[in-house]
Amino acid sequence: MNHPIQPPAVLTGLPPKSPGIPGYAWRQEVDRSTRLPVLTFTASAIAWLLIGSAIALLAAFKLDFPDWLAGQAALTFGRVRPAHLHATIYGWISMAGVGIMVWLWARLLKTPLRGQWLVLTAAVLWNTGLLVGVTAILAGGSTGVEWLEMPLTAFLFIVAALLLVAIAMVWTLIHHRVEHFYISVWYLGAGMLWMPFLLLVVLLAPQKGLAQATANWWFAHNVVGLWLTPVGLATAYYLIPRITGKPIYSYNLAYLGFWTLALFFGWTGVHHLAGGPLPQWLEAVSIAFSFMMIIPVVAVAVNFHKTMTGSFNRLKDSVALRFVVFGAVSYTVVGLIGAVQSFRVYQEVVHFTQHTVAHAHLGVYAFASMIAFGALYHVVPRLTGRDWESSRLVNLHFWVAAGGITIQWAALTIAGFTQGLQLLDPVIPFVEIARSLKPWLLVRSITGVFLTAGHFVFAWLLYRNVRPSSAVRTRMNSTAAQEAGFDVSATIAQRSA
Amino acid sequence: MPTRASTLVIGALSAVMMSYTALALIPGFQLSTVEATPERIEYTAAQARGRLVYQREGCLYCHTQQVRAEGFGVDQARGWGSRGSLPGDYVYDDPPLLGSMRTGQDLHDIGHRVPSLEWHLTHLYQPRALVAGSLMPAYPYLFEVRDPADVLPSEVTVALPRQYQPGDGKVVVATRDALDLVAYLQSLRVSPVLQADGGTAPTVN
Repeated sequence: MNHPIQPPAVLTGLPPKSPGIPGYAWRQEVDRSTRLPVLTFTASAIAWLLIGSAIALLAAFKLDFPDWLAGQAALTFGRVRPAHLHATIYGWISMAGVGIMVWLWARLLKTPLRGQWLVLTAAVLWNTGLLVGVTAILAGGSTGVEWLEMPLTAFLFIVAALLLVAIAMVWTLIHHRVEHFYISVWYLGAGMLWMPFLLLVVLLAPQKGLAQATANWWFAHNVVGLWLTPVGLATAYYLIPRITGKPIYSYNLAYLGFWTLALFFGWTGVHHLAGGPLPQWLEAVSIAFSFMMIIPVVAVAVNFHKTMTGSFNRLKDSVALRFVVFGAVSYTVVGLIGAVQSFRVYQEVVHFTQHTVAHAHLGVYAFASMIAFGALYHVVPRLTGRDWESSRLVNLHFWVAAGGITIQWAALTIAGFTQGLQLLDPVIPFVEIARSLKPWLLVRSITGVFLTAGHFVFAWLLYRNVRPSSAVRTRMNSTAAQEAGFDVSATIAQRSA
Repeated sequence: MPTRASTLVIGALSAVMMSYTALALIPGFQLSTVEATPERIEYTAAQARGRLVYQREGCLYCHTQQVRAEGFGVDQARGWGSRGSLPGDYVYDDPPLLGSMRTGQDLHDIGHRVPSLEWHLTHLYQPRALVAGSLMPAYPYLFEVRDPADVLPSEVTVALPRQYQPGDGKVVVATRDALDLVAYLQSLRVSPVLQADGGTAPTVN
């Protein structure tokens, strides 16, 4: 490029047509370059999703039946619970996020991915580190630091992997063929910068004593807000306009949402220690910034809602859009609750209760994971050139996931309030509180079974898409869509009509 | 390109470094001069080993170690501590095992509340032997089931109600891990803090 980059005079949700690059041909070129790296990260992510779900069910049922498999040290709740967290956070959602991010990056910069081998190496390193780390936790090697229970070595593999992906992304960025960086590029670039930073400072420059706790929760909360959230929002900012065909409602609002997230979110983490043995100013600061998070949450909500207005009927035929919109709505809900949750009057009731579990799953599942599912349902056909084998199964996955997580969140939130109110009454014996949790924990386990079933359906569909039977391969290869080189639509109903 | 991309990089980095400074560096600096509260001393070898058992078995996922101050919850009314926990209570804890969930009780003062070795051993072997309806996992692998003739005088057998005894005349013997874990739990005490005027402050805010 030999002229300075200016944003277009009229800001719309769709990037301007790049000069001299004809039709859709560039998309095929770009998708060819991202095919193997993205599918590798996707397959890894789904493997970790299945592992993480199985471990989750183990943990959940152990709270329902505490003596089940009690003789096995590696399966005790206290080891299985952090193993579940690592397999799903650093495994499933982070690796799915990287896969989606790499695909979006190349598409939004309209240039083939550079450094494909860096990304593939990263996948190998990441899987190795995580496997070693999760095994170490189950074998009794937990560090005792929440969200960082894996040994340092395991995390360093993941940091190395992240840095390799970052290098590939910068290299690709240098060769961009667009005049304007769409808002998703901002979110993805920032996320890719933040995540390695978080890991490096907290692992290589640990604090001592109680400051270790504040640094720890700064880190853990930022994994959600400065890594999972940017990738999720970037995906929604791309897919909602893409599938509905409408530009984002307000680009200025998008910028506002981005910068307020960047500036505010990092300060909120200490609300995890509300009421704890900390200097008061730390808690006050976290509460203030938690409340200010309403600004980016509402900015994003307004943008998505106004963009969707008039296109809600598209939810009927596009399952990918359904997943993404469910995720976007969940982001609003978790963001608004989170903003007021840090206030003392609320925290005094729900701190230390199942409400926290509900809130966490609302964020990482109902928001991040549902968007990831939608994105993968959109992206994978474009890489393999094949549509999903069964629209019925895709639909089943959606309803099982949406229904399951909604019921689970509701049950655990109610449980949290009940538990919290009982904890506040010193007359109620503690054992009574544990007993009254039981029915809610059973609901959690049962909804977990449904969610896991959905994951297996998803894994099956992916397997069939990447390696379909020869009969299916013949059928799909002969479609007019394939011959025209047109990228495969995500609207399953249209295809099967 | 350099203009736009560098805005993003500088902006994003500055934003995260600001919050890192506020939530990690400054507290690290501020709390580095905190002294241990009275009666807090370095852990003995057994207690330190026991702390590692606590950490490895993940006790912190159901138990907290932070008694809240008066006015925020009713921890002290529940008898969980004579005062709120203070930064000085965690000086020898690397990492501090504050916890974030109370599926089980707060344990920061458990050494005062339940000092009995026998109770803890029975409870760890089978929580439901002492607390019906408890959700806590059992830890039979911290113990060994042996013939009474094979038990050395220095070893500790676990008292159990008949229905939880292993049967066949065998007894349950605590391993070193179990004894160390109980030693650690017994060391968890929240003691009154002396004020400048010589009075003891149960609560410091």
